[in-house]
Amino acid sequence: METLDLRSQAERSFTRRTFIKGVIAAGAVVSSSAYLFRTNGSSASAQAPGSVERLITLRVNGQERRVDVLKQETLATTLRYKLGLTGTKIGCDRGDCGACTVLVGGVPTYACSLLTHQVRGREVTTIEGLANGDQLHPVQQAVYDEGGFQCAFCAPGFIMSMVGFLQQNPSPTIDEMASGISGNICRCADYPKILKSAMRAAENMRTV
Amino acid sequence: MAESNLIGQDIVSRDLVAKITGRAKYAEDYRAEGMLFTKLLLSPLPHARVVSIDLSAALAHPGVIAILTADEVPQDEFPFEPCLTNEPRYEGEPILAVAAVDEMTAADAIELIRIEFEPLPFAIDPLDSLRPGGPNATLMGNAYLGREVGEVKWEQSVFDAAGPDGMPMGPTEDEWEFGEGGVEAGFAKADVIVEEVIYSHSATHHPLESRTAMSYWQNGKLYIHCSVQSVAQSRRAIADRLGMPFEDVVFVSEFCGGGFGSKIRGSVTEIIPSLLSKKAGGRPVMMRVTRNEETAFGRARPGMQGWVKMGFRRDGRMTAMDLYLVQDTGSYARQGDTSTAADCASLIYTPETMRFRTVTVLTNTPPRAAQRGPGGAQGVPMLEPVVDRAARQLGMDRLEIRRVNGPTAATRFGRGNTQLTSCYAPEALSRGAEMFNWSERSARSGQRNGSKVTGVGLAFSTYYGGTSGWDGLLVIRPDGKLYIHQGVGNLGTHAVMDTARAAADVLGSDWEDCEVVWGSSSLHLPHSSTSSGSQTTHAHTRANHAVGMAMYGLLQELASLELGGSPSSYAVGNGRVYRIGSPGSGLTFAQAAQRAITRGGKFSGAVLPDDINEMTRNSATALAGQGLIAAAKDTYPHTARTYSFVATFAEVEVDVETGMHRVVEVTTVADCGTVVHPRSLAAQANAGVIQGMGFARSHKWSIDPTWGVHLTKRLEAAKPPTILDGPTQYHFAAVDLPDPQNPVGAKGIGEPPVGAGSGALLCAIEDALGGLYGSHTPMSPDKVLSIYENEGRVASGRLAIHV
Repeated sequence: METLDLRSQAERSFTRRTFIKGVIAAGAVVSSSAYLFRTNGSSASAQAPGSVERLITLRVNGQERRVDVLKQETLATTLRYKLGLTGTKIGCDRGDCGACTVLVGGVPTYACSLLTHQVRGREVTTIEGLANGDQLHPVQQAVYDEGGFQCAFCAPGFIMSMVGFLQQNPSPTIDEMASGISGNICRCADYPKILKSAMRAAENMRTV
Repeated sequence: MAESNLIGQDIVSRDLVAKITGRAKYAEDYRAEGMLFTKLLLSPLPHARVVSIDLSAALAHPGVIAILTADEVPQDEFPFEPCLTNEPRYEGEPILAVAAVDEMTAADAIELIRIEFEPLPFAIDPLDSLRPGGPNATLMGNAYLGREVGEVKWEQSVFDAAGPDGMPMGPTEDEWEFGEGGVEAGFAKADVIVEEVIYSHSATHHPLESRTAMSYWQNGKLYIHCSVQSVAQSRRAIADRLGMPFEDVVFVSEFCGGGFGSKIRGSVTEIIPSLLSKKAGGRPVMMRVTRNEETAFGRARPGMQGWVKMGFRRDGRMTAMDLYLVQDTGSYARQGDTSTAADCASLIYTPETMRFRTVTVLTNTPPRAAQRGPGGAQGVPMLEPVVDRAARQLGMDRLEIRRVNGPTAATRFGRGNTQLTSCYAPEALSRGAEMFNWSERSARSGQRNGSKVTGVGLAFSTYYGGTSGWDGLLVIRPDGKLYIHQGVGNLGTHAVMDTARAAADVLGSDWEDCEVVWGSSSLHLPHSSTSSGSQTTHAHTRANHAVGMAMYGLLQELASLELGGSPSSYAVGNGRVYRIGSPGSGLTFAQAAQRAITRGGKFSGAVLPDDINEMTRNSATALAGQGLIAAAKDTYPHTARTYSFVATFAEVEVDVETGMHRVVEVTTVADCGTVVHPRSLAAQANAGVIQGMGFARSHKWSIDPTWGVHLTKRLEAAKPPTILDGPTQYHFAAVDLPDPQNPVGAKGIGEPPVGAGSGALLCAIEDALGGLYGSHTPMSPDKVLSIYENEGRVASGRLAIHV
């Protein structure tokens, strides 16, 4: 597939180590406290050395978005707090749960574990970018038809994983499907229904 | 009256599109102009006293707007849990909160606070705390004595008698016994007696959405956006915590990203942003709760250390059960889990005699709360493997021994000689055995394939299935639609939508012509039950049925006044009230709404029934004049206790070289009355079973005994179940027979599958290990291996807690 260029391949082997390296390279301090971010420079301390903000252009859901981004800012934070795309959820902020999964260059990626600066020039797709107006994406339609998810806090992340996985493997067996979306946790444990939705999604995708 | 049309159908929940397109707003998704952010200063010690705090540098830090300390928040005598404290009782307990223009500024300010602690003795293991000279978790003592906290220490001889792997059993605080002659007489009648040390661990709830909250004040009213299981009751609870009338709280919780008992009435910490906002002149304050913080103050299931002795006659009938449980209730409120475990045991085995003793011990570990199936979910997996052992000794089939002892509709059980509203437990066991092919599969137990051994098990679980006496509130507006107002929560069970069907069915309304109103008190919600303890389906099909009947009566009366004839000559259906025999006559709902507004009085909500709750009255009054309004309290008879029953059957494959186990097949059958929403019910049951299996095999909780700090803070360490931890398919069926005391026949289902799942898994593992020892959670591979290689011995100790 064209979107799977070398950078995407690198993306798939993305680890927590490379994330931390990225943070260090960006000159920021890795804090032990999770969930930290600075808003749009309204803080007086924003002038502190090393916290210079940069205006960058992101390609999100097919649109070019100009956004003020800190060096250490994660994509999940930028999406949620700078671009108003709150469909991307933060469940653990440490790459454990997958609630923040988005597609970067078509590949499912934990947005909590990626610096926004790393996605400059890449196509980012969030849950908000799937449906076409009122028309649901075939994967969303499958989930809808199966009545998928309970509390659904994990749903956006799971759905992005399904979309990304099905692009790589359009005809998975049920075991492959489970494996393909196993980077996401559903604490309600609605796994049988999620898996059923995912298999229906595969069918929907093949018939589009 | 119209035939039931919607009950029993798969109808996709109205809110699903919002959930799968990212439009659904959970607490952290709200924004408000000028919103500040909070960071908390958490205790680094498991028990300490704050000696001094110097806030000067933090307050001078640019961007810091307000700091809230324990001195400024409601404090009451222990066991009241304050939202901030100067005597932290567990690692991670919030001490103070900083509001700043953004989170990093707030975090920077926290680093600038100079705080000095005096460490205090701390207790991690309840049994250590009960030893002579053992540490106390609080300055008042270490255990509950009724509602008070006092000191309970056992003689050294109690511990000496127990030995290293035995359960020390000193004097308990609470004790009951029933049956003629007590357990002594019961054991005298027994042909086989089994006894066992039993253990169930604590576990953090870990809803995927943490307990984030955002608040602001406007014109004297508090606006709060938070993540709770129940809307109406959380609004009340939060108002109480703040000492203000609930009418002044605008409460919003449209979507809740999981609670499992940890967010029943909201959280103590939820008022922190409200108090900070007040200090900041009403500016909005967002408090995002991290996963680490969620582990600290996000609640957990109480652990239990105990012992049980059961006596059986040759025919399998249980003549006596003697149950002894020490409960780890954490650092604050007393939980009732051990008592509920005993109550559930008295129902699933209906022993002829039973004694129960318990003591509830405080430890310097996170506060406990109800977790899905509280008590039952610990009791079932601890006790079911012991019943299996008795069956083996009796040479009896394990399904049969549960049939012999299980309840029927005629059963009276427990210390209160309690009667059931309905019980189709025998049907559930039979149906499950048939679906699972129990007789054939159980013959496979112990079969070896290389290092892998097959184990087969079943567990039978129960839980209280519903309350009654809540209110319903309906409005027919001039747009002709029926608005069904719901004060329950939207936590993923779909009950907020599904219980509304009862009202629609009474009125013969098309579901498309109904709107469910939920999630914000500004929309005027009735006094509804909490969404917890499997009560919602039962409670609110009743309340909505009752208010549907009230609306039916109002429509008849209105038609009679408007069009003549007696009220009883009218019927309601398909969006109109019509003269019987002439479905096209009468008034449409739109016309009826208009006439109701004109007439006023009891039709428009200006005059309301006397017996409804104040919250419903306020809501109905606020809606008055907007249409035809019915408000009613559920006064249907409820003369016995409502319980649901679940049987789960499982096959596992245990690798006796590695201790790893794989769940091969799972079948679950529920008796929860009439099925309201088949697909959602199957999902609730299967997912409850998976949660239970996760609890029993991998969901860890570990606290360092030397320093008292939590070691399983992250999901990666706590290991809740993933999609790869079980088979790809789970089999489920419902008995689907009505409960006679619910107008639609429904009972609750949330809780009992958890214990059934964990119990079935432990029984199956025990079976694969040749019946060695299964009454222990989490049954991780290292423990399986230790049990297999050392004839039942758990290397870390059968009673070692928090490991």
